[in-house]
Amino acid sequence: MTTLAPPVVRGQEPTRSRGGRSGSVLVWMVLPAFIMFVFFGIVPLLGVIVLSFATWNGITPEIELTGLTSWKAALTNPGLPNALWVTFLIMALSWLVQTPLSILLGTFMARQSRYRGFLAVFYFIPLLLSSAAIAITYKSLLDPNFGLGAGLGIEALNQDWLGQANLAIATLIFVVSWQFIPFHSLIYQGAVRQIPQSMYEAAQIDGAGRVRQFFNITLPQIKYTIITSSTLMVVGSLTFFDLIWVLTAGGPGDATRALAVQMYQLGFQASLMGPASAIAVILVLVGIGLSLLLRRIGGRADQSQMEGA
Amino acid sequence: MKRRNFLTLSAGAAAGAALAACGNEGPGGSESGGGGSASYWSLSGEPGEPYRQAAIDRFNKANPDSKITPTFFQNDAYKQKIKTALGANQAPTLIWGWGGGGLKSYVEAGQVEDLTDFFAKDAALKGKLLPGSFGAATVDGKIYAMPVETVQPIVLYYNKKIFDQVGVSAPQTYGDILDLIPKFNAKGIAPFSLAGQSRWTNMMWLEFMLDRNAGSEVFDNVFAGKPGSWSDPAVLDMLTKVQDLVKANAFQKGFASTAADTNADQALLYTGKAAMMVHGSWSYGIQKANGGKFVPDGGLGWMNFPPIDGGKGDPSNTVGNPGQYLSISSKATAADKETAKKFFSSTLVDDEEKAGWVKSGGVPVIANSESLFTGDDAQFQKDMSAIAAGAKTFAQSWDQALSPTAAEVLLDNIAKLFQLQVSPQQWVDNMNGVIGK
Repeated sequence: MTTLAPPVVRGQEPTRSRGGRSGSVLVWMVLPAFIMFVFFGIVPLLGVIVLSFATWNGITPEIELTGLTSWKAALTNPGLPNALWVTFLIMALSWLVQTPLSILLGTFMARQSRYRGFLAVFYFIPLLLSSAAIAITYKSLLDPNFGLGAGLGIEALNQDWLGQANLAIATLIFVVSWQFIPFHSLIYQGAVRQIPQSMYEAAQIDGAGRVRQFFNITLPQIKYTIITSSTLMVVGSLTFFDLIWVLTAGGPGDATRALAVQMYQLGFQASLMGPASAIAVILVLVGIGLSLLLRRIGGRADQSQMEGA
Repeated sequence: MKRRNFLTLSAGAAAGAALAACGNEGPGGSESGGGGSASYWSLSGEPGEPYRQAAIDRFNKANPDSKITPTFFQNDAYKQKIKTALGANQAPTLIWGWGGGGLKSYVEAGQVEDLTDFFAKDAALKGKLLPGSFGAATVDGKIYAMPVETVQPIVLYYNKKIFDQVGVSAPQTYGDILDLIPKFNAKGIAPFSLAGQSRWTNMMWLEFMLDRNAGSEVFDNVFAGKPGSWSDPAVLDMLTKVQDLVKANAFQKGFASTAADTNADQALLYTGKAAMMVHGSWSYGIQKANGGKFVPDGGLGWMNFPPIDGGKGDPSNTVGNPGQYLSISSKATAADKETAKKFFSSTLVDDEEKAGWVKSGGVPVIANSESLFTGDDAQFQKDMSAIAAGAKTFAQSWDQALSPTAAEVLLDNIAKLFQLQVSPQQWVDNMNGVIGK
């Protein structure tokens, strides 16, 4: 499910190519996606907002509107501070790990033309697998009693990867990075390849080395790509659920219980659909807030960055 | 431009959250058409699934006009799946469950058929089932489910080969268990196997430790909703003992990430990586199916949980599932309900059903099955039957007895207790907060 989330946000791109060509054709092309989005995005969202002001155990036919009761229950839930903290920890750590690696891989793939096609396909494979499948695989490989470490007799691999609070978070970040770095590398690869070769030639004439070229040309030129990629990472990390659920089920204790997991446990295990919906609304608001914040930091995306090229 | 960007962005974030929210959507296709075709959801895997399938095949063969279509799910996933389906009016005709608090919430929501009259009219049918199995099927004096399958007390299993290898004998008291823990740890064998990620597995420890310490009254009070029931000093004592076990490395390395759904906990026992395990009687069938020659060669030992020195509880008491339960959806068509009732009164109590569950290694809820305990599993079945029949109290598993809301808080706090994340006193305070909810 989470793998679907990032592409949706990319809806911001078409606005740039607005106008010029025949507008009516574009409207028709947008329509199928728009209808899908209304039915599977907007309608459930409205449902969730209504449910957050209701009391429902998930199985009674009647849903009772009870005002702010569910919000009070959700906000005073003793697990909420921890869930918020875990969510932001996962967000920050996965961004910190993924961004540098994705930029480096993307730059590498954009330049090494001989292996580029092959490696691009190769690196992309993890993204094609479902999160649940990835989680089951890693859970089996990392099992301290039957996993890779025990099987090969390698003591260093034989840690309690998912059974200790800090290790479990670290393992989770690793698996998330393994899954999503390919996608972000691909974005960066595309961005780096759009930088005009003349800039690098000019820099070479001025005596700039490879490292200097990277920091003075490549990085500034992919600034907006970094904003886009970061938005996808940050907003996407809010929706990590399946991976966490299969790997740790929010455990050990509540060490990996992010907001999405908390929401699921409240809604589908504790039968408290109202407070669970309130958490869902909080997730939406946090997602919107973060997206806007990142855009503010990045400046106006529609400005040309090709001045002087 | 700016506003439009805002909208696309917010819509994107919303879709992400909405998609995450719909995590457990049913597979559809569970719609039951006319002409008495009933759908049936239950648990997958050994030892139960083949016998559930066999009963349905038998019924469909004997009744060509009506058809029951089964779908099987993993244990932990099923518990959420069935609730979602009920709420979405997508429930199967036949709802498999554990009775108790879960069934009560279905009853309060008007989702399941009242079967009181059905059993009143068919006294012969009721007589074929163990009388003790109806307790968890009864809500406010009315019967809402048919007891099926097997009586499942929770017992202490041990690996006899490992005990011989280490040169120790089976524990007679809780004190013996404490003495055994360092001996196994010294040999690099985990004293106990525990699937801690599943949480209800940890709960089985609390159930026995509290019962042996203080008897069944404490949980009875909790169940009855008496305020502050967890504040009994015996509870604090029990919780401290549990945390002492964790601190003494009584459970295998990484127990907090072991999940019961993959049967990794059983595998630890039959591969000799762990010496003992507290688990339900259904585990016998799993170990028999997956453990190769371990069970046939007599490697597996079992006993009722031993008494705790100085404890007030009756050592004959046990905990577990007095049966499994099938309810009929109140939303099903009249024809489908008839099919389901016919399934109840014919196939589910026939001789093949009884023989099948005996063959699975279990003790059927169908009465007078003792004469069938003649195969390889006879000793286990006789012992389970004796434990179930001899128990002064056969308590239902806590998470099944309580409401889903209280059960979730219970399981959450139990997981934290085993992680040493909450102190016994905090545990008591947290749990007192949800009594009667």
